Order: sequence, then C-alpha cells, then structure tokens
Amino acid sequence: MNLIPALIALFACQLAGTALQILFALPVPGAVIGMLLLFVALLVRRNIPAGLQLTSLTLLRYLPLLFVPAGVGVMQQFGLLKREWLPITASLIGSIIITIAFTGLVMQFCLRRSRPADNDEGRRRG
Amino acid sequence: MDELHHLWATLASSPLLPLTLTLVAYQIATSVWERTNRHPLANPVLLAIAILVLVLDVTGTDYQTYFSGAQFIHFLLGPATVALAIPLYRAYDHIRQSAAAIAVATISGCVVAISSSVGIGWLLGGSWRTLLSLAPKSATTPIAMGVSSILGGNASLTAIFVILTGIMGAMLSTRLFNLIGVSDPRARGLATGLAAHGIGTAHKLQIDELTGAFAGLAMGLNGLATAVLAPLLLHWLIR
Repeated sequence: MNLIPALIALFACQLAGTALQILFALPVPGAVIGMLLLFVALLVRRNIPAGLQLTSLTLLRYLPLLFVPAGVGVMQQFGLLKREWLPITASLIGSIIITIAFTGLVMQFCLRRSRPADNDEGRRRG
Repeated sequence: MDELHHLWATLASSPLLPLTLTLVAYQIATSVWERTNRHPLANPVLLAIAILVLVLDVTGTDYQTYFSGAQFIHFLLGPATVALAIPLYRAYDHIRQSAAAIAVATISGCVVAISSSVGIGWLLGGSWRTLLSLAPKSATTPIAMGVSSILGGNASLTAIFVILTGIMGAMLSTRLFNLIGVSDPRARGLATGLAAHGIGTAHKLQIDELTGAFAGLAMGLNGLATAVLAPLLLHWLIR
C-alpha cells in the first residue's frame, strides 16, 4: 500500500493549515484548517485514493491512544480539580443533558418540517 | 534500590521508556475494555491515563520527563485530525440529503454546548482557566485540545473533560431520547455525535448503522463548528 503519498497528503494539509493560521492569525487550530483543506480536495477529486483511505482509517483506529500523553498531564492539575470540583462536575453533567436534549429536538423538528414525504421516517408517520 | 532508581531515571529521560510505558498501559486498558464488552465506564483512555499517573507517581517521575518521550505519540494527533476529513467525506451523501436540518441543528447545538458548559461553570464560581478548558468539551478530543490551547485553557484538563462528557453521553443518551420523545434515528445520532463525539458515536454504531453514520457526521461537523464558534463566543473571557 502507498503509505508515503498518504502521509505526505496528511502532513502537507496540516502544514498548509498551520501556515494559514499563522498568516491570518486565525483562532482555529492549524490541523482543523488542514482537515477542511483535505475535505475540499476530496470534494474536488470526487473519490478517496486507496492509500490515503487505508492510512487515515488506520490512524483513526488508534486515535484514542494519541490522547494519552496529553491526558496524563492531568496529574499536574489535581489541585485545581480538588478546588473546583463542584463547578466542573455540575457543568459536565448539566451541559451534556442540555446539549443532547436540545440538539435532538431541534434536529427532529427540522427533519419533520423539511420535505417529510422524501424519507422513510416521514412516510411511516404519514 | 538506589541503583534501580538511578537506572529508571536514566531510562526515563530517553524516549524509549515513556513510549513503551504508554503502549503497555493502553494495551492493558484496551483488553480490560474488551472484557467488559466495551462498556463506556471502562473507557480505555481514562484507564490508560490512570495507570500511567500511578506509575509516574510511584516512581517519582515528573510529567515533563514523561512527556519529552511520549510527545512522539502526541505528535500524531495533528495528522489524525486532518484524517477526520475521510469519514466526513464518506458521510457527504447524508449531508447533502438533509443539509438544512443538519446545519441548523449543528450550529445551534454547538452554541448550546459551549454556552451551557461555560454558563454553569461560571454560575458556580469556576475560574476562567477552568471555564475555557470546559468550553470545547463536546468537540472530538484532538480538536477540543487544540481549541482549548488557543483559548488559553489547559489541554490536559480539556482531554479529561472531553472523555468524561463522552462517557456520560453514551450512557445517558438513549434514556434521555425516550424521555423527551426524540425517535428519529438521524436526530438521535446527530445529537449524540455532537454532544458526546467519538465515545457517543462508537456507542451509537453498536446500536444502528444510520444512527451511527449521523453521529460520526455530527462529530466531524461539531469539531469544525467548535473551532470556529468557541473563540467568537468567548471573546470576553480570553485575556
């Protein structure tokens, strides 16, 4: 499989994204701009090169491992977690419930309003 | 014992020991997760982090020493973030079919995710550093960490918040949807992926393919939305 061209594509997109971030002083991470660049490139190409697909999906399969080194840094934050456990816990629990409920209701409402006859869900409900 | 400690300290300052420790901890955590039938509470990242914190604490190794080696794994987060374009492109047909609904739900959901977490934390007296670390917590981890650093939060705290959010989202979402009457699988998927990123998405993929596809899609789009909207919404908090 063609690993090198795939890595070049991923690295080059991140590099270009980082360059754009610095040039225009954007508050968006360079890698996210790189993701957008690659997405647009795929839209233009209208397909995913086999090597890029395999390399990307392999990398994403191990994505959780990549968070570990930074996550271990929480050992330096135990003091803050102990001091601010209440706002943190309440914010995490409250926000996840509000966000899931709000987004689910808005999405369901929008789907029902927009051409309900075009999809199976709408047909089932008449 | 002194010699052993000296040997550990020498090895820990080269990348090999931190890298090996990280892989071993992740492997142990993953096999525990598999044994619990991939239960959200046995999240492998959280478990791997706990194992490593314990090992570093017991051996008296400081985080800088560990990270100077483990940064080679951390480095791959950037290219992996770029690679998120591939699943997003594969979901492109779904995006086109219900573009308006997805756009409205993603943008408004993203605003609600950021403002509810910052708002609740602020009401209860969280410091600005905590609030900025909480803000991007619904986005997928690599994006959330990048956004947190740019805002002036702490990327390690954000990583933990993101994972805890994902675990709660995976565990609560189905009950919550039944309670409030959200039955459309596309709405269920989108809401879970937006609020609870990869962990919620993985959970939804086990339930149903259409729900899982919309969860994955929402994870990618909300990562993008959070990166753009968080700095705009939190301008007043950033110093």
